[in-house]
Amino acid sequence: MLSIKNLRASVEGKEILKGINLEVKAGEVHAIMGPNGSGKSTLANILAGKADYEILEGEVTFLGQDLLELSPEVRSRSGIFLSFQYPVEIPGVPMVNFLKASVNEHRKFKGLAPLTAGEFLKLLRAKKEMLHLDTELTNRSVNEGFSGGEKKKNEIFQMAMLEPKLAILDETDSGLDIDALRIVAEGVNALKTPENATILVTHYQRLLDYIVPDFVHVLYKGKIVLSGGKELALELEEKGYDWIKNGNE
Amino acid sequence: MSIISEKITPADQLVSLFEHSRETLNQGSSPILNRMREVSIKRFAQAGIPDFRSEDYKYTNLKPAFEKNYRHELVRETGLINLNEVFKSNIPQLDAHLVFLVNGWFYSGNNPGAELPKGVVLGGLEQIANEQPELIQNYLNRQAGLSNDPFVALNTAFSKDGFFLFVPKGVLIEKPVQVINLLSSDENLMATQRNLIIAEAGSQVKIVVCDVTLSASSILYNTVSEIFAGEDALVDVYTIQNLNNLSTSINSAFCRQQRNSNLVTGIVSLHGGLIRNNLKVTFNGEHAEANVNGISFTDKKQHVDNNTLIEHSSPNCLSNQIYKNILDDESTGAFAGRIHVARDAQQTNAFQRNNNVLLSDKARMQTKPQLIIDADDVKCSHGATVGQINEEALFFLRARGIGEKDARMMLMNAFAHEVILKINLEPLRDRIDELIEKRLNGEISRFHDQLSE
Repeated sequence: MLSIKNLRASVEGKEILKGINLEVKAGEVHAIMGPNGSGKSTLANILAGKADYEILEGEVTFLGQDLLELSPEVRSRSGIFLSFQYPVEIPGVPMVNFLKASVNEHRKFKGLAPLTAGEFLKLLRAKKEMLHLDTELTNRSVNEGFSGGEKKKNEIFQMAMLEPKLAILDETDSGLDIDALRIVAEGVNALKTPENATILVTHYQRLLDYIVPDFVHVLYKGKIVLSGGKELALELEEKGYDWIKNGNE
Repeated sequence: MSIISEKITPADQLVSLFEHSRETLNQGSSPILNRMREVSIKRFAQAGIPDFRSEDYKYTNLKPAFEKNYRHELVRETGLINLNEVFKSNIPQLDAHLVFLVNGWFYSGNNPGAELPKGVVLGGLEQIANEQPELIQNYLNRQAGLSNDPFVALNTAFSKDGFFLFVPKGVLIEKPVQVINLLSSDENLMATQRNLIIAEAGSQVKIVVCDVTLSASSILYNTVSEIFAGEDALVDVYTIQNLNNLSTSINSAFCRQQRNSNLVTGIVSLHGGLIRNNLKVTFNGEHAEANVNGISFTDKKQHVDNNTLIEHSSPNCLSNQIYKNILDDESTGAFAGRIHVARDAQQTNAFQRNNNVLLSDKARMQTKPQLIIDADDVKCSHGATVGQINEEALFFLRARGIGEKDARMMLMNAFAHEVILKINLEPLRDRIDELIEKRLNGEISRFHDQLSE
């Protein structure tokens, strides 16, 4: 589904990613772990199409397409979803309007007719029930005045509405208390199918207690220095990132 | 010995036009209007047309607009209005008491009076000043006459007509009154219009004013409105300005509020070559409240300048201002908001905010808040921002599949939304949302362009 080959990227002249290789297949859950500043969020943002980065080398293909050629909106419509680490507040843009526009853009891309107001509300209700969300969130402007937990829940809700093929969750666990974490994780698990894939970008192991990865990769100084199964996360938790740092220096 | 050649300025030409047209101006016009002309033209002659050296017109140069040659309609030139054509020109269609003015002249082709509550007078200033001078004489020029603004003086010297609304004590007009000011001329035209709104104690009225050019010519539209809100009166005045790129609008409003009255104004500057709005609110009694707001959209070489003055002359009053501008291309904008709290006006609450979004590197915005506080127990605040479209929000929307153009539109709508929400008339809010959409997707500009083909 996703294939990253020797990806090097810089921001403001500073090289952040120094040759990333990663293969993600349908049905898989990959966790990318690593200490702060290792390039995890950069990788997530580059996959979603944020313009602040310069690609120095390498290629990324998604479902056979050159991903780096596509605009962020086309990536989204093609099935990539980034759950933001810090979801932005947009006062004056009602959640409902935003979601309707988003869902209908995705439908248009697939050659489907836009949802009527009634169909849209039905979908909205169904997804809310599925994620056990309170109705309040959708009556407000996008993320405006939301708590950290509400913002993350809102991201998962958008994911449920858009049903992406590849979900990239950037530090979705940060700033969440244990209850919110459980709700978010349950949402991600509920959306899991054999056809889609998930990349979890996280600093801590605790999210992986709830969403069990098939593969764990450790990103350090812009490179994947270690890959393994889910047990690697536990080993990391036990030994700390110093184990990686020392092993590499 | 030297030869001094004196250039005849546009101001001189207007003074000379006045001298030569004195009879025409006074003809058919009430003495209430006529008796103000001489002193006003003198005032205008002395001041001339201000340039950047004038503090009040530092950011708005009206000289080039006055240097063009204009036709003047000093007498009424009546024609028929085709309503279908009018509403094609992006005027919001509302369930309202509808009146029309053409180039500043009240059009008596339709009669909204029949549906209005008893005692309400809605009509042309010229006619009412002749027929019911007692309604007008205590109000006309009572506020505007105190102004030093040369364009207000020019208006007072030349104005013969405009719209007049009188709402008697305790009367509520349920449907809004919609005043459609049509501007249309084959040649360049200077149009002068004088409006007077009197809302007596305990009355309620909502007024929607729509200014629109229906031709491609350059129109210099000088309009002065005086608004009197009696004790406990609730008065809303919403204005939508939609003029072509060659036209200039100088729009001055003077509002005087008695005790406990509530005023809401909203000015939407949708399109126009050069727009200068002056708004003065004077509190003449305690516990009065004024909410004055504005939003403008400019592109190409357009310019919009909002100039406000809130006179807190009485204690315990509240004023709230939000003005916003969205500027693209090489357009420019200005906001100057002055709040004056008089020495005895304790317990004043006065708030002001000006937020601006620049969509291009060449757009410019000047913002100048000015607080003059002579009382010691007041709450006043002001704030101004000039920024760009929020790139984080833009990326967020795009990362959810919304195309860049649509995402930008959403964010601009959101920015404008705060001002639109202040409009206490839901159907108008909806119409304005549609107009903003049309403005941002270029439809409004295309309407004006098409007239010049």
